[in-house]
Amino acid sequence: MVARRAASSFLSRRGLLLPRPPADSLLRADSARRSLPGAVYRFSTAPAATADEEPIKPPVEVKYTQLLINGNFVDAASGRTFPTVDPRTGEVIARVAEGDAEDIDRAVAAARRAFDEGPWPRMTAYERCRVLLRFADLMERHNDEIAALESWDGGKPLEQSAGGEVPMAARCMRYYAGWADKIHGMVVPADGPHHVQVLREPIGVAGQIIPWNFPLLMFAWKVGPALACGNAVVLKTAEQTPLSALYVASLLHEAGLPDGVLNVVPGFGPTAGAALCSHMGVDKLAFTGSTGTGKIILELAARSNLKPVTLELGGKSPFIVMDDADVDQAVELAHRALFFNQGQCCCAGSRTFVHESVYDEFVEKSKARAQRRVVGDPFKKGVEQGPQIDGQQFKKILGYVKSGVDSGATLVTGGERVGSRGFYIQPTVFADVEDEMKIAQEEIFGPIQSILKFREVGEVVRRANATQYGLAAGVFTRSLDTANAVARALRVGTVWVNCYDVFDAAIPFGGYKMSGVGREKGAYSLGNYLQTKAVVAPLRDPAWL
Amino acid sequence: MHRFADLVDQHVEELAALDTVDAGKLFLMGKMMDIPGGANLLRYYAGAADKIHGETLKMARPLHGYTLKEPVGVVGHIVPWNYPTTMFFFKVSPALAAGCTMVVKPAEQTPLSALFYAHLAKEAGIPDGVLNVVPGFGPTAGAAMASHMDVDKISFTGSTEVGRLVMQAAAMSNLKPVSLELGGKSPVIVFDDADVDMAVNLVNMATYMNKGEICVAGTRIYVQEGIYDAFVKKSVELAKKSVVGDPFNPNVHQGPQVDKDQYEKVLKYIDVGKSEGATLLTGGKPCSDKGYYIEPTIFTNVTDDMAIAQEEIFGPVMALMKFKTVEEVIQKANSTRYGLAAGVVTKNIDTMNTVSRSVRSGVVWVNCYFAFDPDAPFGGCKMSGFGKDMGTDALEKYLHTKTVVTPLYNTPWL
Repeated sequence: MVARRAASSFLSRRGLLLPRPPADSLLRADSARRSLPGAVYRFSTAPAATADEEPIKPPVEVKYTQLLINGNFVDAASGRTFPTVDPRTGEVIARVAEGDAEDIDRAVAAARRAFDEGPWPRMTAYERCRVLLRFADLMERHNDEIAALESWDGGKPLEQSAGGEVPMAARCMRYYAGWADKIHGMVVPADGPHHVQVLREPIGVAGQIIPWNFPLLMFAWKVGPALACGNAVVLKTAEQTPLSALYVASLLHEAGLPDGVLNVVPGFGPTAGAALCSHMGVDKLAFTGSTGTGKIILELAARSNLKPVTLELGGKSPFIVMDDADVDQAVELAHRALFFNQGQCCCAGSRTFVHESVYDEFVEKSKARAQRRVVGDPFKKGVEQGPQIDGQQFKKILGYVKSGVDSGATLVTGGERVGSRGFYIQPTVFADVEDEMKIAQEEIFGPIQSILKFREVGEVVRRANATQYGLAAGVFTRSLDTANAVARALRVGTVWVNCYDVFDAAIPFGGYKMSGVGREKGAYSLGNYLQTKAVVAPLRDPAWL
Repeated sequence: MHRFADLVDQHVEELAALDTVDAGKLFLMGKMMDIPGGANLLRYYAGAADKIHGETLKMARPLHGYTLKEPVGVVGHIVPWNYPTTMFFFKVSPALAAGCTMVVKPAEQTPLSALFYAHLAKEAGIPDGVLNVVPGFGPTAGAAMASHMDVDKISFTGSTEVGRLVMQAAAMSNLKPVSLELGGKSPVIVFDDADVDMAVNLVNMATYMNKGEICVAGTRIYVQEGIYDAFVKKSVELAKKSVVGDPFNPNVHQGPQVDKDQYEKVLKYIDVGKSEGATLLTGGKPCSDKGYYIEPTIFTNVTDDMAIAQEEIFGPVMALMKFKTVEEVIQKANSTRYGLAAGVVTKNIDTMNTVSRSVRSGVVWVNCYFAFDPDAPFGGCKMSGFGKDMGTDALEKYLHTKTVVTPLYNTPWL
């Protein structure tokens, strides 16, 4: 409350001091209204805010709250538990077993045994494929329950998890099931009389650490290829979202996965996460999360046993709207590119570069679109945006709003909390953003769109590349040549041309520079979970070489 | 395709019975191997459907180039009678995965299971018109398909003679690409370091499996002189122990030949062998006067120029020959017009490496035989044909590579 009044008085002061375009007159009018009680969601013409209504009871029971080690759900060695919280209200959903170093030891031991001695790597790839296919079928059968857990734990709209993410996760598992029996090495020509075979072998025990923004999908992206290649896994879920992984892991066992092949340890980064990274019995590490944590992960891997590491980290992805773009389409796509999943996407299009010739129209339309965005209870139909994941993120994002305003960007719409419970934030748009501003440089991970102006292609490419990140980019243009040239010039792992957030199973995804190392999805993920062995034998009297 | 595979699994008994009645195949084999194998193949290719990749290219000029792998279009499949189910899925699965539509002409001897599969495909949700099955005869339906101007590709499995006709028809009509999986006269080479019992069992299976009606049947058996006598003795004993009878009986090893034509052809080759001067050691006669049952037959003192050593018999007839050295046997093994399969039995790594590279064949089975696998490409060379079934290689038959090129301007790298 206090913060809001301070911000509003500051804003009204700014509005009064400087002449502004129409957008600001709306701002001034609203700052007058701001002192009235009860006005919760002033900028939106959407149906009355659902954020302060009684939260809808999720149609699912939390059945699994313990660690999954060697096929059994068990308490943490210490007996400790931690709460997982409903971001709509801040209330506790359930208490979950808190894994620490000893639990990681147990999990790794189980995975080691399962790999070194157990049936999983020894059964035919076809049999592994059948297990993964059955798992996908079970996920589909329990689609709505899984989706409800995901939305409850993480705050994403139910329509998104039930209609999008759970089916995508099942699809991902089927995609990798189909790779299991097609993993080939090469037979290569030697420079002399030798027969050379290259075998691709499962790498062993994979440690995987997944984030809270797409808990189930990240589970699928990691567990899918790792299991398809015949490995065993120890998975540490994010402390904010431990529930869906435990549930689907139980389904994987129902599908016939042998004990110890997949172990799930909920817990915290500095304890369970660090233990996994440093473990001498882990052959490979895969992490998705922030760049800062990624650096720690890499360091721990290096200090322990030099286990190979793949990292999917943060981003500040440019969304470039050229002068020949279809503006309405670009506005809608740029909006979704940023605001999808409450802005909590590593590849969010968080720097929207718009060509000066369409800039004003674009800003107006983006504002209108943001104001139309429906914020509320993720379990309510028609809601596009749920709450942010937790109090920490919530505070951080509002801090960026302040930073944007302080640094002189134009707050076009939003900027405030929604409701008085939970972590809802208004869809926020800043225009006239400059490259040096913090909101243009740092990853916000929230519903704040930053619109910047540019004049010509060379300039925008240079500015788009002027970041330590390099995860994704969107390019909006009708010109074939511009698309080809810009796509090659952007130093990013994914370029979406006239589209965004297309995540089909076969498309490799990952970052340049400090957005990460390695690729997930598609055929490219397999290499992460395989070792390469050359087998060489001499040839006597070869008929050919 | 996964749903199709599930339906095949659900109807395994009916399907196995159809093939047994139509082709004389062992019911138990059908139930345990052939039909589930068909479903396996469907699943293998279902998993490949979304993994067909073109490539972005490294052009030598400022050009952006990439390849698209497109389905070739309408495929004509001509399926033989010896493995109606297996051959059906060998062809249909990769073609479906590649996105093609097809017309299947099953052999006139064995149309039943193909029709059932077509019904299951529809039930599985494969759209109408994608998988069409036309039972009929070669010179009429088969020829019509091979000559059809709107068929984009023909995939044929059968005899070398008919394969030639198919290729001719394709050339005379619209030059449709052709893949042929034809006959063979596959050698099995047994070295004297082999375990004799293991080798005898392997060779017995290689020659008599499916009553010898397999393109890859190992019918020229070269045994190194050191173990020759023991090998011959044990082979004859094993052949005499074989139970030939009703294929619905689970204790039977060998069913009847598929029809009267084949039956008479095999018996004729046996006569030819005798008249050429080979020594008949066992078998050589029909088992009864009803049906088309023939005894497992072994000839020795066969020379490579004899008809029974050069021509495909497609029946339970083994030609046993002796050899001395590796070089000699490699030459003998390669001395036919065929090049489909080869077996090698040895414990020695160098022998294995040398022989597997020297034998001209599409597949070499070392210390095993009939080791087919969905991931292992299979197909012959020389007059055994060209083009592969199974493995990701098989998809190539049903795809066409299109290269797309456009100029690049202001590219930071080339």
